[in-house]
Amino acid sequence: MLILECPYCGVKAEETELSPGYEAHLKRYGPGSTPEEFEAYMFARKNPKGVHFERWRHAYGCGKWFLAARCTATLEVFGTYPAQSSAPPADLQAKIKAKRPNWEGYK
Amino acid sequence: MSTRLSKGGRLIDRARPAHFTFNGKRMSGFAGETLAASLLANDQMLVGRSFKYHRPRGIVASGAEEPNAIVNMGEGGRFEPNQRTTTTELFDGLTCTSQNHFPSLEFDVGVVNNYAARFLPAGFYYKTFIHPRFAWKHVFEPIIRKSAGLGKAPVGQDADRYEQTYAFCDLLIVGGGIAGLQAALMAGQAGRRVIVLEQTAHWGGRAPVDGDVIDGASADQWVKNAIQALEKMSNVTMRLRCMAAGVYDHGYVLADEKVADHTPGDGRPKHRLWRIRAGKIVTATGAIERPLSFAGNDIPGVMLASAVRDYVVNFAVSSGDRTVIATNNDDGYRTAIALKEAGLEVPLVVDARSTVTGDLPAKAEAMGIRVEAGRAIVKVKGGKRVTGVSIGLQAGEGAVLEEVACDVVAMSGGWSPVVHLWSHCGGKLTWDEAQAHFRPDAARPPTNQDGAAMVMAVGSANGHLSAAAALADVAAQMGGKASTAAAVTEAPMEAVWIMPQGAGVQLKSKMWLDYQNDVKVSDVQLAAREGYTSVEHTKRYTTLGMATDQGKLSNINGLAVLAGALNDKIPNVGTTTFRPPYTPVTLGALAGESRGEIFQPLRMSPIHRWHESNGAYMEPVGLWRRAYCYPRGSESHEQAVHREILNARENVGMLDASTLGKIIVKGPDAGRFLDMLYTNVMSNLGIGKCRYGLMCNEQGFLSDDGVVIRLSEDSWLCHTTTGGADRIHAWMEDWLQCEWWDWQVYATNVTEEYAQIAVAGPEARKVLEKLGGMDVSKEALPFMTFADGTLGGLPVRVHRISFSGELSYEIATPAGHGLALWEKLMAAGAEFGVMPYGTEAMHIMRAEKGFIMIGDETDGTVIPQDLNLGWAISKKKADYLGKRGQERNHLASPDRWKLTGFEALDGSVIPDGSYIIAEGFNGNGQRNTQGRVTSTYYSPTLKKGIAMGLIKGGMDQMGVVVEFNTITGGTVKARVVDPVFYDKEGEKGNV
Repeated sequence: MLILECPYCGVKAEETELSPGYEAHLKRYGPGSTPEEFEAYMFARKNPKGVHFERWRHAYGCGKWFLAARCTATLEVFGTYPAQSSAPPADLQAKIKAKRPNWEGYK
Repeated sequence: MSTRLSKGGRLIDRARPAHFTFNGKRMSGFAGETLAASLLANDQMLVGRSFKYHRPRGIVASGAEEPNAIVNMGEGGRFEPNQRTTTTELFDGLTCTSQNHFPSLEFDVGVVNNYAARFLPAGFYYKTFIHPRFAWKHVFEPIIRKSAGLGKAPVGQDADRYEQTYAFCDLLIVGGGIAGLQAALMAGQAGRRVIVLEQTAHWGGRAPVDGDVIDGASADQWVKNAIQALEKMSNVTMRLRCMAAGVYDHGYVLADEKVADHTPGDGRPKHRLWRIRAGKIVTATGAIERPLSFAGNDIPGVMLASAVRDYVVNFAVSSGDRTVIATNNDDGYRTAIALKEAGLEVPLVVDARSTVTGDLPAKAEAMGIRVEAGRAIVKVKGGKRVTGVSIGLQAGEGAVLEEVACDVVAMSGGWSPVVHLWSHCGGKLTWDEAQAHFRPDAARPPTNQDGAAMVMAVGSANGHLSAAAALADVAAQMGGKASTAAAVTEAPMEAVWIMPQGAGVQLKSKMWLDYQNDVKVSDVQLAAREGYTSVEHTKRYTTLGMATDQGKLSNINGLAVLAGALNDKIPNVGTTTFRPPYTPVTLGALAGESRGEIFQPLRMSPIHRWHESNGAYMEPVGLWRRAYCYPRGSESHEQAVHREILNARENVGMLDASTLGKIIVKGPDAGRFLDMLYTNVMSNLGIGKCRYGLMCNEQGFLSDDGVVIRLSEDSWLCHTTTGGADRIHAWMEDWLQCEWWDWQVYATNVTEEYAQIAVAGPEARKVLEKLGGMDVSKEALPFMTFADGTLGGLPVRVHRISFSGELSYEIATPAGHGLALWEKLMAAGAEFGVMPYGTEAMHIMRAEKGFIMIGDETDGTVIPQDLNLGWAISKKKADYLGKRGQERNHLASPDRWKLTGFEALDGSVIPDGSYIIAEGFNGNGQRNTQGRVTSTYYSPTLKKGIAMGLIKGGMDQMGVVVEFNTITGGTVKARVVDPVFYDKEGEKGNV
């Protein structure tokens, strides 16, 4: 049962307060995109063993979506940040790199 | 025989006798002891039968690792199967019965399996029941089902209540032995918030039984002092009878407190489930003694040495008059000494080690106990009770040197730390060669959200088996000063996995590993020969460790035997995965208060009580309860539904539609947002107008539908399906927050703010006019428009929308006025023949009109185009959610199954779920299909069966006769027709 800190209301929320939204930082492909682009958007997920960026909603709290960087193997949480982010904050990326030198970056 | 001693027993209260029955036989014991102790005190060693061979089974252990002594407890609403007598506290009036025997415990016919044992080896089920194929279902499975399972499942409702609680702490200590209490003292004195859990009814663990001396006093005294000190600390919470079941992510721990198992019916909850969030967890869970594998080690009377010691010291119970000790370590001698001190006879200690040196053997010999080194038990003699043992050389093959008469064999094969909680969340183990056990590897602990160690194992749970070493370990790991225990010099133990080491197959097929499931040394070796080299596969193939004790007693022995058979090292073979719960948690505790009336929260419309008091039959719709129909007198539900439909079609009916989802979307970008959300255009909807819209997911599949109305320049109200309200609101928030976060839009779910009532039928307008307050004429309020006003003095918004096909008004009013409006409408409608109608009438009326229903016509694989709803998809819009998905070639294929109506040629109702069969068979030998039914009803309006469904080719198949399958094997012929069965021109709704 995970604990993730909601970056909006500051509550250390238990998993039962949250609803998951799977992988973060996907780019939406709409009409005009190639089948490969649409397939990547719809179905291709990284599913890494290690550092993962994912979407969570504080569904039974403030209702806000936020993003979390988490290790899928050890469940270590590196940080959470607002959903209105096109990329993970630079300081969070630096923190992850320091803890996991072999990490290849969020893309 | 086993019996009660006249003196001693540190945990029993002889002033408080308790009476109980076992298999109907009246027995008695004392308060403070376990049921197992009481059974032994009444000379009841034989307590059950094993699972496969139905061999007699006696009490082996004194704790949670007990595989044999499990019983059916209680009666009626308090009946519980598979209760371990070794952890069940005795109370006055307890009743229990033994399990897995027929017709009686003493005489069991299933024991014939025992004589057929050579035909029932490991993997027997997999090998035998393959052919002939039909025999599995009709012959083998019924027999196995009857013989499988130990206890009986309870019948009827649980008489007890259960509760759950949440707790938070800096440090959770699991285990109330000396290591756990020492850790609690140190953390408590440091001011940390501490919770200490002990699964038994007594603090102190094994140290008092072993006679340890701590800080110059007896362990008993030290424990008493520690408890007194801890009870004074307000930052320390202590719980007895509370078993930590599992350690989960980020310091979450589940614990089951057996509050009233021993005081049934006293009004307290039976169990309390603790949901604890701990900063750090200390496992001071101790260690469990291992059996030794010698022939006949399953005969009642063969027990763990520590258990024999527990029964004597704690409960003044002698397991037998003459006890032979078999050991490979010094700790076994403690039992010999304790028995001798209690005045019992110990004719021999059989020590597998070639030399015996330590303090304890010396003390035993000084007491006159005969010790034989380098010896083994070749075989135990006896049937339902041990009568003696044959002794040989441990290094030999089983030649008998002498025979010794005895009625108990106390065995000690060394100790295994309880590493379950350490392992649940990823803690790794290391193999300790010297003590021949796995212990926690401090370098690879389970970690928490910060990547820091989350669990710390201390004391014997960490492989520090003696009291002195355990306390020193606590001091070292907690960082502080701990009490010190007097050191006892113990010589090293010696790993013994098979006794004697050269035993042949004759003996090995009588050496039990798993007592309950009848897994023997020979079974594990057979599995290894057959290629089961992984310990996880061997476990499932042989069922080793799959009994109710989950391998606590003998898994290490089993994997050591496997390693031996594979010629590999034990750490390379590894352990099976430790999973929660540590010991079983009853479902009642997990359910807690969520049962009966409060199983789930109930959502009620503002008019709910009226439905209930007017005879409605309610059906669940998600968490809502909705009126299905309103039967009158002796009407069946079907008759009531048909009456309600005909009345709405001929006069006027009323439906409580309050559960319909209502979401306000408002802001400068609201129109643009809705154009992305719906497949058609909503931004150009006129103020005061209504429009039907469809929503798809990004794959293009239809997700929800409903009528959208425009309230003002910048705000719209979106109606969703009853089940879709929360989901669609969350869907809107997702896009607004995560994709188009620069768009200025608010979405607010106002579903529960309004009651909504559909008034439908040719007389509907007259009902509203009778209430009065606003103009509801065709001219003032045409079809697909709405207006705000009052009716009968109540504030309303009246929509001219129709799901029934009749002249229809859907009237919304603030929830608080809902019941008043409903009652006013009912009164006003009386003279026009108004009747309420329920959800089933609504379903049938919409099917008569060919309107789709989300969840009937859709199942997550259907696109709007499949349902002939292309008219509701904008061709002009560059983009909407699902547009790209619908462009995929499979979804654009002309071969897709599309919506039509169906009418059975004989007028019958096509069975729900039927498929339209096609020529030929597929690769699996199943009939090919070309479509399926999605809605099927008897139409009281048309007096025949009608159906909607999907068929390859859709409306191009009009007039074709097809065949639907039925579950009874026949088929139903039906004609493809227009899905609009009633009022095809739509004149009735537009008047």
